[in-house]
Amino acid sequence: MTAPADLRPVTGEASDADGQAAFDAIIAADSRIEPRDWMPEAYRKTLIRQISQHAHSEIIGMQPESNWITRAPSLKRKAILMAKVQDEAGHGLYLYSAAQTLGISREEMMQQLIEGRARYSSIFNYTTPTWADMGAIGWLVDGAAICNQVPLCRASYGPYGRAMVRICKEESFHQRQGFEILLELMQGTEAQREMAQESVNRWYWPSLQMFGPPDDQSPNSAQSMAWNIKRFSNDELRQRFVGMLVPQAEVLGVTLPDPNLAWNEEKQAYDMSEIDWTEFNEVLGGRGPANAERLRRRREAHEEGAWVREAAAEYARKQALKQKAVA
Amino acid sequence: MSDTAHGDVTVDRLALADELAGSAADGIARVASPEVAEYALRLGDDALVNAQQLGMWITRAPELEEDVALGNIGLDLLGHARSLLHYAGTASDRSEDDLAYWRDEPEWRNAWLFEQPNGDFACTIARQLVASLYWFELYGALTESTDPTLAAIAAKAVKEVDYHRDHAVQWTLRLAGGTDESRRRMIEGVTVTWPYVDELFADDDLVERLAADGVAVLPSSLRPAFEAAIDAVFAEAELERPSGRTAYTASGGGRGGSHTERLGPLLAEMQVLARQHRGASW
Repeated sequence: MTAPADLRPVTGEASDADGQAAFDAIIAADSRIEPRDWMPEAYRKTLIRQISQHAHSEIIGMQPESNWITRAPSLKRKAILMAKVQDEAGHGLYLYSAAQTLGISREEMMQQLIEGRARYSSIFNYTTPTWADMGAIGWLVDGAAICNQVPLCRASYGPYGRAMVRICKEESFHQRQGFEILLELMQGTEAQREMAQESVNRWYWPSLQMFGPPDDQSPNSAQSMAWNIKRFSNDELRQRFVGMLVPQAEVLGVTLPDPNLAWNEEKQAYDMSEIDWTEFNEVLGGRGPANAERLRRRREAHEEGAWVREAAAEYARKQALKQKAVA
Repeated sequence: MSDTAHGDVTVDRLALADELAGSAADGIARVASPEVAEYALRLGDDALVNAQQLGMWITRAPELEEDVALGNIGLDLLGHARSLLHYAGTASDRSEDDLAYWRDEPEWRNAWLFEQPNGDFACTIARQLVASLYWFELYGALTESTDPTLAAIAAKAVKEVDYHRDHAVQWTLRLAGGTDESRRRMIEGVTVTWPYVDELFADDDLVERLAADGVAVLPSSLRPAFEAAIDAVFAEAELERPSGRTAYTASGGGRGGSHTERLGPLLAEMQVLARQHRGASW
């Protein structure tokens, strides 16, 4: 599958100097770059990398939650979970489409993913052994994703920003559902409360790691901020997230597993323990609890479905021939 | 959307009754008689067992669009099941979850078709083709039921099943008319599904009594329209109803609580967590 010709970036028509000047003016005005506009090659590449990683994260992110669809403990929860995982597939589809406007095909992105050449959010390499993980993922993982993603609604690349508006609306709903799952558990039996706290203990630190390395160690951030793709630094977003979690944890009655977490009046920010980046780097390096399993599932689904996609393409070809013969 | 919109986590619980079609269509919550409850249970179990199977496809479908489509169909069926089980439960003061999670295998009333495994994509499509063509006729007729709750549930379901039918028909045509491999698999899918068709249209004393009152639809009365519909699809797809040495009719018995080997593991998986926490709410 390739992008329609009229959506390919027109990099050849404008001279580079004129193109660059027009691009700089759009960025300076905080306006939007659209697929037909001239753009620097590095901007295009950065966006393809970021949007496709984001799409892959949605698709791989379906797996830890689909793990509980068949075992959800009530029919209402089963319905909500199925709808949520389906939303994630939809997000993946919008994002692949946004990336396609930059001149890469979905097939190529899918190949990069299943061959292990593309990244996705490391958080989905953690496993979901308990039902409470459906709550913790919604509350913490979707919560962190929203903090990261809401500013992306204003990203300078039009198709990406617009996709993010839709995605963020659904993500807020998912976060609320996750919160509700945990609340129900925390108001339930002793075993349910323990299940909820244990899950929060496992997901808290990985969710903070979702904002990426500290600002002084984040190599791509400065350029992305200059291009109005990224609006806030990793540490700023992490602070904002923790600020959001603390009062919600109180409502839930769960303890956030950081003994040093405290409001610092002087800094007007939360003090927190040092994040253990060793674990983050291990998971990022492919040695997390489920890296191999996540990719294997994606690859198997893709390979086992090849005959279906071939059949659909062949049927479409035959139908087109028939119509031509009739015409 | 402001940058802080995400911080607003208010706890508004979804009102269960509003999600369930027919539970109080005109503001009157009705209680099913034991016989109507048994009938609703049959229909509800068909839908729930099929929804559970489709849920297994999510993250495993041949295209992302099919993860979405099969998930969507499963979600619709789950909705039908919830409405029907909720209604069935009014006869014995049990909730939809009491019925879904706390009944053992012999208490399930689904027909065997719905508990047949997914197999490959063609096998799933063959099962869903038969199921959706059957449901379309059933719910279409049931909108005329003298039982207002069943009529309301059917009115909602028939619109959704119409779309499921289209999905199954389109894929049947693509697979039968695609490559040699897809055609072989589609034929195999129809062959393994066909033995379970008869049970869908079997009448018994219960449905005869309920149909006489205009509450239920006599299954046998749906068969001519079903056969016309499926024969039309087969004609366009150049498929045939299985016949010959390997063709047979399964004995069935789901309406009376006898099941194939497949149902036990399916229920064990579905019920495991709920049964670890008796009395808990989720």
